[in-house]
Amino acid sequence: MIPAAFDYVRAGSAAEAISLIGQHGDEAKFLAGGHSLLPLMKLRLAAPSVLVDIGRVTDLSYIRDAGDHIAIGALTRHMDVETSAVLKEHAPLLAHAASHVGDPQVRHRGTIGGSIAHADPASDLPATTLALGATYVAQGPNGTREIAATDFYQGFLESALAPDEMLTEIRVPKMGGAGWSFQKFNRRAQDWAIVGVAAWRGSNGSGVALVNMGSTPILATSVSNALAQGASVSDAAQLAAEEAEPQSDLNASPEYRVHLAKVLVRRALEEAGK
Amino acid sequence: MKISVTVNGTVHESDVEPRTLLVHYVREVLGLTGTNIGCDTSSCGACSLHVNGEAVKSCTMLAVQADGQSITTIEGLAVDGEMHPMQQAFMENHGLQCGYCTPGMVMAATSLLKENPNPTEEEVRIGLEGNLCRCTGYHNIVKSVLAAAAK
Repeated sequence: MIPAAFDYVRAGSAAEAISLIGQHGDEAKFLAGGHSLLPLMKLRLAAPSVLVDIGRVTDLSYIRDAGDHIAIGALTRHMDVETSAVLKEHAPLLAHAASHVGDPQVRHRGTIGGSIAHADPASDLPATTLALGATYVAQGPNGTREIAATDFYQGFLESALAPDEMLTEIRVPKMGGAGWSFQKFNRRAQDWAIVGVAAWRGSNGSGVALVNMGSTPILATSVSNALAQGASVSDAAQLAAEEAEPQSDLNASPEYRVHLAKVLVRRALEEAGK
Repeated sequence: MKISVTVNGTVHESDVEPRTLLVHYVREVLGLTGTNIGCDTSSCGACSLHVNGEAVKSCTMLAVQADGQSITTIEGLAVDGEMHPMQQAFMENHGLQCGYCTPGMVMAATSLLKENPNPTEEEVRIGLEGNLCRCTGYHNIVKSVLAAAAK
């Protein structure tokens, strides 16, 4: 399968990338690792007329301790998130979830920013960063702005990013030793989750988010509220799908997904509580 | 677009359409047909090769993205006719049946050992999750990788 023809330009910096995307208008797309965009283009589900390659904007590949949070450059590859000592110490849930994205070859190319900007509800990192209460930084022609993960996902593959904005940084609060768990239920090793759960629980609360349980990643606030009010793990897990609107597809019916979500949230909270 | 790519140690200057996939570039422009195309959807790993020493799926990368990078294909592993230890291990342990997945398996396995020189059997199985063998000959493939790691 070969993508439809397009023009290719390469940006050397975020500012240059934003200027290029502004020049080329709505038909242009950013290309980072390409592991979400190129498959869509090969299937001709996407046919941008211009690709602005940001893959060489190397100053957006970093993982830094920024005090109360860890700052991750949008072009940091999954493999670098997975193996980061800083993340393993302060946000181990994210490092672990990154190790479940695709397979090693995919993780050598795919980036955390690309995965989040693609806003696929079936991807692991949008839900994981949502569970962790992350903030995303977007840069546009008029400067930068912060977008809470809770405000970012607006629909299937739709985010709060404006067409001329680029995701530049992901800020993940330090987990402060909270327990955590990542549950990914799939039929084959490298598949997307049929249902996935990213969860943490600590002295200051909890966060639970669901993968592939609707048109966006879903924050299971009912579960966290129930836990805060003293509900048992198994009772709270019964509320797993309260915020979800699961779809039917080849792999699962909505009813099956709801069942899976309850089971996986219970398992995740049990593991996080150990 | 003009690109300059180092493939198996040789610099190639080429003029390619931006939409040319890396796997088509190495196979059709450079004639290096050892890299196979299997699923063409970044699932099976048959097209795995190394970009700057790391395994990637060349059906999901554009040739223009490889501009200025260093590529190694299965043809580049042997040195002076001497098989790479991983290739040797696949031969000695019957790590292939029909052979279609083999170049991708060998490239993924060499990349894996670079990151984890002494993997457990489970780590080898997880490390090769991006490569499918439709003969289901996984047992001997894993055995081969463990044998290569022990060399």
